[in-house]
Amino acid sequence: MGRKVVHKEQLAPNVIRMLVEAPEIAKKHRAGQFIVLRINETGERIPLTVADADVVKGTITLIFQVVGKTTMLLRDVPVGGEILDLVGPLGTPTHVENFGTAACVCGGIGTAPLYPIAKALKQAGNKVISIVGAQKASLLILEEEMQAVSSVLHISTDDGSKGFHGLVTDVLKKILDSGEKVDYIIAIGPLPMMKAVANTTRPYGVRTMVSLNSIMIDGTGMCGGCRVMVDGQRKFTCVDGPEFDGHQVDFDNLGARLKTYREMEERSRKEYEEHLCRLQPAAS
Amino acid sequence: MNEKPEQPKKPKKEKIPRQKMAEQDPRARIQNFDEVPYGFTEDQAKLEASRCLQCKKSKCRDGCPVDIDIPAFLKLIQEGEFIGAARKIKEQNALPAICGRVCPQEEQCEKLCLVGKKDQPVSIGYLERFAADFERNSGKIFLPAKRPPTGKRVAVVGSGPAGLTVAGELIKLGHQVTIFEALHKTGGVLVYGIPEFRLPKAVVQAEVDYLKAQGVEIQTSAVVGQSVTVDELLRDGFDAVFIGTGAGLPMFMNVPGENLNGVYSANEYLTRSNLMKAYLFPQYDTPIIKGKRVAVIGGGNVAMDSARTALRLGADKSMIIYRRSRVEMPARVDEVEHAEEEGVEFHLLTLPLEIKGDERGYVKSMICQKMELGEPDQSGRRRPVPIKGSEYEIAVDTVVVAIGNNPNPLVPKTTPDIQLHKWGGIVADEETGKTSKDAVYAGGDIVTGAATVILAMGAGKKAARAIHKQLTGEDLTPPQPSGGKDNAEE
Repeated sequence: MGRKVVHKEQLAPNVIRMLVEAPEIAKKHRAGQFIVLRINETGERIPLTVADADVVKGTITLIFQVVGKTTMLLRDVPVGGEILDLVGPLGTPTHVENFGTAACVCGGIGTAPLYPIAKALKQAGNKVISIVGAQKASLLILEEEMQAVSSVLHISTDDGSKGFHGLVTDVLKKILDSGEKVDYIIAIGPLPMMKAVANTTRPYGVRTMVSLNSIMIDGTGMCGGCRVMVDGQRKFTCVDGPEFDGHQVDFDNLGARLKTYREMEERSRKEYEEHLCRLQPAAS
Repeated sequence: MNEKPEQPKKPKKEKIPRQKMAEQDPRARIQNFDEVPYGFTEDQAKLEASRCLQCKKSKCRDGCPVDIDIPAFLKLIQEGEFIGAARKIKEQNALPAICGRVCPQEEQCEKLCLVGKKDQPVSIGYLERFAADFERNSGKIFLPAKRPPTGKRVAVVGSGPAGLTVAGELIKLGHQVTIFEALHKTGGVLVYGIPEFRLPKAVVQAEVDYLKAQGVEIQTSAVVGQSVTVDELLRDGFDAVFIGTGAGLPMFMNVPGENLNGVYSANEYLTRSNLMKAYLFPQYDTPIIKGKRVAVIGGGNVAMDSARTALRLGADKSMIIYRRSRVEMPARVDEVEHAEEEGVEFHLLTLPLEIKGDERGYVKSMICQKMELGEPDQSGRRRPVPIKGSEYEIAVDTVVVAIGNNPNPLVPKTTPDIQLHKWGGIVADEETGKTSKDAVYAGGDIVTGAATVILAMGAGKKAARAIHKQLTGEDLTPPQPSGGKDNAEE
């Protein structure tokens, strides 16, 4: 039983937003949870965070960056086409309560999973300070959506093409130094960015959660591939997470583990690109 | 009833040796993932079946967790009634082609076989496999008579051996059955864990199709505990729920270096290879490290499966690292023999202390320590004791940890009023599978901890009877045969 793709658009270069029919997942999904999908019979299973869910239309929103063969395949599923398997919602939902002031820090594609969390935090009564970062202005996504769920929205770009010229951690540090009382921080983005956020907030003693994107197969605790050390304890991202206390996560080990299959992934990607080229030789 | 074994049939017959199945040559088979034994020929099967003494009080049957009428099906094989034999087995066992391949017969039926007292026991397992394969290949799959619909609905959580058995039993009794499977494929450990060369996926698929043909509904990619909870199932109109989620959370050794790249749980290693077909990368997208020097930690069937998979993935050296000695290894005799024939090295009485990595975070070696056997421990097996100063380093590039599993937490976590063991498994009555929660039953590894396919099936069968009783009031429990509980010993 495949899942129908009902909408697809490009949000930024190589960043796709896709709406997929999955009524029971839409109904069940809570902020912070993810799905695992397999595009076709020969495909691998990959986890993707659910960026939004529409209970009425029975759809979930996936936002992903095209980085390897599987995300290319996903990009190439046409509207009306199907994803072979999609399972979820998986993982432990974000713990949402009125903390007071919550800072939501995200970088690049991390804005997609952070958006529903920011929304939930806002709904719970928090003052939400969002810091959305990207390499450059053209890579910023969900700016309007984040604006709508934030009390204050900061934009930062590495090249200064929009908002603050610098890193999200620079903005965060300024806020923390300004004397603004921040009670809770959640950071989602590339691993080095989450590590940097955790390092930035540690001296301030503010609880800082991060959402990890480990390698997974089943997503239900069975394979153990997603294991990560948190405070010296082995945790499985799929069932214990994906959110953990950023001050306790062994980011370096996770970073190394994420690179396990880099060469094979590269090979798959190249072969798929070549395959696409052969399909469209007349393009030039 | 006559107490004595049948006398007239035994006029000094010529001794027939235990028949062997022809197998792929070890050197050839480590180049492929095809099944190792070819199975009996018809003549072989008849000959082997004729070794059965047809004891009146058949001990073998007492050793079978699902109570197959073994002498009866052996007799049918001897008479050439192969399909009849398969149907005879199916009266008690819904999955004979699977059990014929993966049951530890040497610990069960064959252990008690009278022929085995003086000679090698009758190959009950190979014959079970033969009959089931014969029926499947004949295309004459027979659907058992189904009772009229009861209008009752049962949800089965997990499609492994326990779940498939419960479904098979209840559908025959006229209940509506829906299986919920978390993965995209049905079969649980039979498809993600046990490799093709030991249990071809087509065999599992045929058994699953058989259930479907009888009307069992199967929902894949449905995670009970996440997509839906047990309480929701009960609220949504299921009259009973059976939990057979297995032992799904891999254990690790807690030694330094266990998170290096190239260290796998056996679950992950086997799932990548079996379920995701990573051995066919890049035609299949799932990658796996094809290690040249692979160390597998553990001495069970899963360890043997992993070590043999490593060879097929191209390892030059595949090693079993086990902290006890050979006699304590829990693996089936067949699996150990097959592994040995294929060139798997056995490093017994050896304990891994540390896994070392290179500068990129990949495994490069393992520090081990030699052990000696001391006094028996709680399990009755002699406790391995480290020998001081015996540490040594082995070069390895892949480590597979096959030391067992903890129970999967998803159902227990989302079913707050279900009673759990200290170790996290579900508490269920041994005879009925009843849990502390009304209308909820459990069986298999989630109740017992890691065990065997057949024990899970035995539990499934008992639970099915108890569920049927809850739903209809009818008691199907057979009168206890004498000495019917013979597998209490581990």
